[in-house]
Amino acid sequence: MDEKIKKFLYVNRKAPYGTIYALEALEVVLIGAAFDQDVSLAFLDDGVFQLVKNQKTDGIGVKNFSPTFRALGDYDVTKLFVEQESLDERGLTADDLQDIIYEDEDDDWAEKPSIRIVSRAEMADVMADQDVVLSF
Amino acid sequence: MSTLHTVNKSPFATGSLQSCLSHAKDGDAILMFEDGVYGATKGTTLADAVAAKGGSVTLYVLQGDADARGIAAARLIEGVTPVDYVGFVRLAADHDRTHAWL
Repeated sequence: MDEKIKKFLYVNRKAPYGTIYALEALEVVLIGAAFDQDVSLAFLDDGVFQLVKNQKTDGIGVKNFSPTFRALGDYDVTKLFVEQESLDERGLTADDLQDIIYEDEDDDWAEKPSIRIVSRAEMADVMADQDVVLSF
Repeated sequence: MSTLHTVNKSPFATGSLQSCLSHAKDGDAILMFEDGVYGATKGTTLADAVAAKGGSVTLYVLQGDADARGIAAARLIEGVTPVDYVGFVRLAADHDRTHAWL
Protein backbone atom coordinates (compact mmCIF):
# COMPACT_ATOMS: atom_id res chain seq x y z
CA MET A 1 0.00 0.00 0.00
CA ASP A 2 1.38 3.35 -1.02
CA GLU A 3 -0.73 5.63 1.09
CA LYS A 4 0.15 9.15 2.11
CA ILE A 5 1.01 9.68 5.75
CA LYS A 6 -1.50 12.12 7.19
CA LYS A 7 -1.13 14.53 10.05
CA PHE A 8 -3.57 13.71 12.85
CA LEU A 9 -4.21 16.03 15.79
CA TYR A 10 -6.07 14.81 18.86
CA VAL A 11 -7.46 17.80 20.75
CA ASN A 12 -7.94 17.41 24.51
CA ARG A 13 -10.06 20.07 26.22
CA LYS A 14 -11.60 18.18 29.16
CA ALA A 15 -10.35 17.40 32.67
CA PRO A 16 -9.48 13.74 33.28
CA TYR A 17 -12.08 12.10 35.57
CA GLY A 18 -15.34 14.11 35.49
CA THR A 19 -16.24 12.74 32.07
CA ILE A 20 -15.02 9.84 29.93
CA TYR A 21 -13.66 12.07 27.14
CA ALA A 22 -10.03 12.14 28.28
CA LEU A 23 -9.71 8.39 28.70
CA GLU A 24 -11.48 7.72 25.41
CA ALA A 25 -9.17 10.15 23.61
CA LEU A 26 -6.15 8.31 24.94
CA GLU A 27 -7.62 4.98 23.85
CA VAL A 28 -8.17 6.31 20.35
CA VAL A 29 -4.64 7.70 20.21
CA LEU A 30 -3.23 4.28 21.13
CA ILE A 31 -5.39 2.55 18.53
CA GLY A 32 -4.48 5.14 15.91
CA ALA A 33 -0.79 4.73 16.68
CA ALA A 34 -0.90 1.35 14.97
CA PHE A 35 -1.49 3.04 11.62
CA ASP A 36 1.86 4.82 11.26
CA GLN A 37 0.47 8.31 10.85
CA ASP A 38 2.00 11.62 11.95
CA VAL A 39 0.28 12.05 15.30
CA SER A 40 0.21 15.07 17.62
CA LEU A 41 -1.78 15.74 20.77
CA ALA A 42 -3.04 19.17 21.84
CA PHE A 43 -3.89 20.03 25.44
CA LEU A 44 -5.79 23.24 26.07
CA ASP A 45 -8.52 24.59 28.31
CA ASP A 46 -9.29 21.96 31.02
CA GLY A 47 -7.37 19.41 28.97
CA VAL A 48 -4.14 20.59 30.58
CA PHE A 49 -5.36 19.01 33.84
CA GLN A 50 -4.85 15.59 32.24
CA LEU A 51 -1.08 15.99 32.40
CA VAL A 52 -0.76 17.13 36.02
CA LYS A 53 1.62 14.94 38.01
CA ASN A 54 0.84 12.94 41.18
CA GLN A 55 -2.66 11.86 40.20
CA LYS A 56 -3.99 9.25 42.66
CA THR A 57 -7.39 7.76 41.91
CA ASP A 58 -7.64 5.09 44.64
CA GLY A 59 -10.28 7.13 46.44
CA ILE A 60 -12.67 7.38 43.50
CA GLY A 61 -12.45 3.83 42.20
CA VAL A 62 -11.43 4.58 38.64
CA LYS A 63 -8.28 3.77 36.72
CA ASN A 64 -5.50 6.33 36.92
CA PHE A 65 -4.61 6.58 33.24
CA SER A 66 -2.11 9.40 33.57
CA PRO A 67 0.95 7.06 33.49
CA THR A 68 -0.17 5.94 30.03
CA PHE A 69 0.93 9.29 28.61
CA ARG A 70 4.51 8.30 29.45
CA ALA A 71 4.16 5.22 27.22
CA LEU A 72 3.16 7.19 24.13
CA GLY A 73 6.79 7.63 23.07
CA ASP A 74 7.04 3.87 22.53
CA TYR A 75 4.26 4.26 19.96
CA ASP A 76 6.07 7.10 18.17
CA VAL A 77 3.64 9.64 19.62
CA THR A 78 6.14 12.27 20.68
CA LYS A 79 4.45 15.63 20.15
CA LEU A 80 2.29 16.78 23.06
CA PHE A 81 1.48 20.46 22.60
CA VAL A 82 0.34 22.23 25.79
CA GLU A 83 -1.08 25.75 25.71
CA GLN A 84 0.64 28.23 28.01
CA GLU A 85 -2.43 30.46 28.46
CA SER A 86 -4.52 27.49 29.56
CA LEU A 87 -1.90 26.65 32.20
CA ASP A 88 -1.78 30.29 33.35
CA GLU A 89 -5.55 30.55 33.69
CA ARG A 90 -5.54 27.49 35.97
CA GLY A 91 -2.65 28.53 38.17
CA LEU A 92 -0.35 25.88 36.70
CA THR A 93 3.17 25.95 35.35
CA ALA A 94 5.09 23.42 33.26
CA ASP A 95 6.61 22.14 36.51
CA ASP A 96 3.17 20.91 37.61
CA LEU A 97 3.04 18.53 34.64
CA GLN A 98 4.51 15.06 34.65
CA ASP A 99 7.75 14.48 32.78
CA ILE A 100 7.06 12.72 29.51
CA ILE A 101 10.09 11.76 27.47
CA TYR A 102 10.79 9.75 24.34
CA GLU A 103 13.91 8.21 22.86
CA ASP A 104 14.82 9.82 19.52
CA GLU A 105 15.83 7.01 17.18
CA ASP A 106 17.31 9.56 14.77
CA ASP A 107 19.58 10.97 17.47
CA ASP A 108 21.25 7.92 19.05
CA TRP A 109 18.17 7.29 21.19
CA ALA A 110 18.70 10.48 23.13
CA GLU A 111 15.94 11.13 25.66
CA LYS A 112 13.90 14.22 24.79
CA PRO A 113 10.79 15.84 26.28
CA SER A 114 7.51 15.10 24.50
CA ILE A 115 5.70 18.06 26.04
CA ARG A 116 6.03 21.28 24.10
CA ILE A 117 4.60 24.40 25.71
CA VAL A 118 3.15 26.71 23.07
CA SER A 119 1.29 30.00 23.05
CA ARG A 120 -2.37 30.25 22.04
CA ALA A 121 -1.33 31.67 18.68
CA GLU A 122 1.13 28.83 18.16
CA MET A 123 -1.58 26.34 19.07
CA ALA A 124 -3.80 27.86 16.40
CA ASP A 125 -0.96 27.32 13.92
CA VAL A 126 -0.60 23.68 15.01
CA MET A 127 -4.33 23.16 14.47
CA ALA A 128 -4.22 24.74 11.03
CA ASP A 129 -1.35 22.47 9.98
CA GLN A 130 -3.28 19.19 10.17
CA ASP A 131 -5.00 16.87 7.74
CA VAL A 132 -7.38 15.55 10.39
CA VAL A 133 -8.47 17.05 13.71
CA LEU A 134 -10.17 14.74 16.21
CA SER A 135 -11.60 16.56 19.20
CA PHE A 136 -12.44 15.18 22.62
CA MET B 1 -6.02 25.92 3.49
CA SER B 2 -8.86 26.63 5.88
CA THR B 3 -10.84 25.01 8.65
CA LEU B 4 -14.54 24.63 9.35
CA HIS B 5 -15.04 24.93 13.10
CA THR B 6 -18.27 23.62 14.59
CA VAL B 7 -19.68 24.55 17.99
CA ASN B 8 -22.71 22.70 19.37
CA LYS B 9 -22.83 23.85 22.99
CA SER B 10 -24.25 27.01 24.53
CA PRO B 11 -21.52 29.54 25.31
CA PHE B 12 -23.14 29.90 28.74
CA ALA B 13 -22.60 26.22 29.53
CA THR B 14 -19.10 25.61 28.18
CA GLY B 15 -16.07 27.58 26.97
CA SER B 16 -16.14 25.90 23.57
CA LEU B 17 -17.23 28.94 21.57
CA GLN B 18 -14.79 31.21 23.39
CA SER B 19 -11.94 28.79 22.76
CA CYS B 20 -12.96 28.37 19.13
CA LEU B 21 -12.95 32.15 18.65
CA SER B 22 -9.46 32.27 20.16
CA HIS B 23 -8.03 29.67 17.79
CA ALA B 24 -9.82 30.19 14.46
CA LYS B 25 -7.62 31.76 11.80
CA ASP B 26 -8.39 34.28 9.10
CA GLY B 27 -10.37 32.70 6.31
CA ASP B 28 -11.84 29.95 8.49
CA ALA B 29 -15.56 29.38 9.01
CA ILE B 30 -17.47 28.82 12.25
CA LEU B 31 -20.80 26.99 12.18
CA MET B 32 -22.92 27.17 15.32
CA PHE B 33 -25.52 24.41 15.66
CA GLU B 34 -27.64 22.63 18.28
CA ASP B 35 -27.28 24.69 21.49
CA GLY B 36 -24.33 26.44 19.85
CA VAL B 37 -26.82 28.69 18.03
CA TYR B 38 -27.25 30.75 21.21
CA GLY B 39 -23.73 32.04 20.53
CA ALA B 40 -24.97 33.67 17.33
CA THR B 41 -27.59 35.85 19.01
CA LYS B 42 -27.46 39.57 19.70
CA GLY B 43 -27.21 41.09 23.14
CA THR B 44 -25.22 38.38 24.89
CA THR B 45 -22.00 38.89 26.80
CA LEU B 46 -20.18 37.24 23.91
CA ALA B 47 -21.95 39.02 21.07
CA ASP B 48 -19.29 41.67 20.60
CA ALA B 49 -16.52 39.06 20.45
CA VAL B 50 -18.48 36.97 17.97
CA ALA B 51 -19.31 39.98 15.80
CA ALA B 52 -15.67 41.11 15.85
CA LYS B 53 -14.49 37.67 14.76
CA GLY B 54 -16.91 37.94 11.88
CA GLY B 55 -14.47 40.37 10.28
CA SER B 56 -11.90 37.65 9.61
CA VAL B 57 -13.92 34.42 9.60
CA THR B 58 -17.35 33.61 8.17
CA LEU B 59 -20.08 32.82 10.68
CA TYR B 60 -22.97 30.42 10.14
CA VAL B 61 -25.86 28.97 12.11
CA LEU B 62 -27.87 25.88 11.31
CA GLN B 63 -31.28 27.27 10.41
CA GLY B 64 -33.28 24.38 11.82
CA ASP B 65 -31.62 24.63 15.20
CA ALA B 66 -32.19 28.39 15.37
CA ASP B 67 -35.84 27.98 14.33
CA ALA B 68 -36.39 25.23 16.88
CA ARG B 69 -35.22 27.57 19.63
CA GLY B 70 -37.34 30.50 18.53
CA ILE B 71 -34.37 32.52 17.30
CA ALA B 72 -35.64 34.72 14.49
CA ALA B 73 -33.27 36.02 11.82
CA ALA B 74 -33.52 39.51 13.33
CA ARG B 75 -31.97 38.22 16.55
CA LEU B 76 -28.85 36.91 14.83
CA ILE B 77 -25.65 38.93 15.04
CA GLU B 78 -24.99 40.91 11.87
CA GLY B 79 -23.05 38.85 9.36
CA VAL B 80 -24.22 35.46 10.58
CA THR B 81 -25.50 33.40 7.67
CA PRO B 82 -28.15 30.71 8.19
CA VAL B 83 -27.53 27.43 6.39
CA ASP B 84 -29.56 24.24 6.05
CA TYR B 85 -28.19 20.70 6.27
CA VAL B 86 -27.10 20.78 2.64
CA GLY B 87 -25.23 23.97 3.41
CA PHE B 88 -23.57 22.26 6.37
CA VAL B 89 -22.34 19.47 4.12
CA ARG B 90 -21.16 21.97 1.53
CA LEU B 91 -19.17 23.85 4.18
CA ALA B 92 -17.52 20.62 5.30
CA ALA B 93 -16.61 19.80 1.72
CA ASP B 94 -15.31 23.30 0.96
CA HIS B 95 -12.78 23.36 3.82
CA ASP B 96 -9.64 21.31 4.27
CA ARG B 97 -10.56 19.98 7.70
CA THR B 98 -13.32 20.16 10.27
CA HIS B 99 -12.65 20.89 13.92
CA ALA B 100 -15.53 20.03 16.24
CA TRP B 101 -15.29 22.03 19.47
CA LEU B 102 -17.07 19.64 21.81
